[in-house]
Amino acid sequence: MKRLLLILVLALVFTATNIFAQTPDQVKIVLPTGFSSDVIAKNLDRARHIVVNSNGDIYIKIARVRRGGAIVRLSDKNGDGKIDDTTRFGNYGGTGIGIKNGYLYAASNTQVYRYKLNNNIPDTANPEIIVKDLVAGRQHETKSITLDNSGNIYVTIGAPSNACQLQDRVTGAPGQDPCPLLEKTGGIWQFKADKKDQSYADGIRYATGIRNAVGLDWNNQTNTLFAMQHGRDGLQDYHFYPDSVSVELPAEEMLEVTKAGDNFGWPYCFYNQVINKKVLNPEYGGDAKTVGRCDGVKSPVMAFPGHMAPNGMLFYTGTQFPEKYRGGAFVALHGSWNRAPLEQKGFLVAFVPFKNGKPSGDWEIFANGFAGKENITTPNQAIFRPCGLAQGPDGSLYVTDDTKGYVWKISFSGK
Amino acid sequence: MVLLLIPTVLKAQTKKPVIKTSTANTAASSTNTLKASIGRGKAVYAKYCLTCHQVDGSGVINLNPPLTQTKWTLGSKTVLIQQILKGSSGKIEIDGDTFSNTMPPLKVLTDQQIADVLTYVRNSFGNKASAVSVGEVKSVRIKVK
Repeated sequence: MKRLLLILVLALVFTATNIFAQTPDQVKIVLPTGFSSDVIAKNLDRARHIVVNSNGDIYIKIARVRRGGAIVRLSDKNGDGKIDDTTRFGNYGGTGIGIKNGYLYAASNTQVYRYKLNNNIPDTANPEIIVKDLVAGRQHETKSITLDNSGNIYVTIGAPSNACQLQDRVTGAPGQDPCPLLEKTGGIWQFKADKKDQSYADGIRYATGIRNAVGLDWNNQTNTLFAMQHGRDGLQDYHFYPDSVSVELPAEEMLEVTKAGDNFGWPYCFYNQVINKKVLNPEYGGDAKTVGRCDGVKSPVMAFPGHMAPNGMLFYTGTQFPEKYRGGAFVALHGSWNRAPLEQKGFLVAFVPFKNGKPSGDWEIFANGFAGKENITTPNQAIFRPCGLAQGPDGSLYVTDDTKGYVWKISFSGK
Repeated sequence: MVLLLIPTVLKAQTKKPVIKTSTANTAASSTNTLKASIGRGKAVYAKYCLTCHQVDGSGVINLNPPLTQTKWTLGSKTVLIQQILKGSSGKIEIDGDTFSNTMPPLKVLTDQQIADVLTYVRNSFGNKASAVSVGEVKSVRIKVK
């Protein structure tokens, strides 16, 4: 009888959510007071990372080639504040995109290309290959990029594995020790931003022990690299905690790389935010509390709940937004899929305040409502999933969605 | 897509008490056998498949393939049985999207469990396809070493 009641309640909930499901154009992004958002582009397909040039042109990397190219350039030619020119180029899908010193950089899942910007027009006919032959496995294959102010480019090379087990994703299967994947993946590599045809032998494994860092940004204030790690899946299958706690583990970590070679512990360690420690993974003999070899492994500067999938990161350097946001970090949380039996979480843009180069408070929700409804039980129910972040020359914040290819411009007017 | 999928979940949820009554009934018509198998398969699905393939069979983009009306789900039973016994380490393409997460082999499931879960999947999430029998699983398992 109890079961029957539960089923009836569930049926009612599903009916209710069904009635309130919205169409993409009905979705309203919820922002703090004084902020507003506009959809500036839609239906661009899988819009991943985004960058805005100093003249206002917007470049978006698309995950797959559609309609003649997987880099979209959006321009406002007549200066009325609306996009009136859309062009496409680049015959490779991918995620990473960036602009530095007069060049546009874009990444496929194995290479990084760059295009010279001549009077802000990319020389699309002559892409140069800057980095090539990177490992792209069957998971975590996308490449994110960011550039520093000393002529270097940083490229995420995700580990094609969950926890480096001999049999991937088999609960209880032991981890490989040492993990051979760390040689060419599971970290962030540094290359020269202006040298052609580099590969592993020319680069530096700048940070290691990172399962997959999709959100990356260079912090100009600290002059250090920050990365958002996607933590491992399936920890809840080991039942160290009740489901309600287990699904929040491990933390999605905001990492600061302060020196070349920094090690963040994957696959041996995960960050348990319940006890604020890097602890051993169960595949390496851990029980969610034992520290063991994880002693001395670098901890995150900020921990987010598990599986929310931080896909984009941006340090805010503008002045349009209020004082509180200046120097802080925006994080696009793509939304989870690995939280069953509980509901999925994320589908929002978070904010972490910074002071003197360190987080000065807990993370908070900045932009929400992308999913279009509450109580998401599968990621496919989410109408939008935030992925990339960029800042415009006027200090506006841009957010991409990689389910339908919507792009929002978020502005502060104070009203 | 979302609108299409949710009623399916709703149907699966409300269907359950009906299954209960029919298994309580001793009438062994083939419909009841099918319903009983689907009911047992749903429990197997919840334990071994749901986290990745999702409660409504919609999967996860780029990672875990959907089990909604695809050529795989509605196609060869032998391929589906092999998929469960051997797991998956290849790229599966459905409607131009590729799904390439690792699926662990689930040899630990009994022939009955595999038959039930495949019967459930082939008759849920908008699917309508023939049941998978214990005999069919057995004959594939002999060949999969």
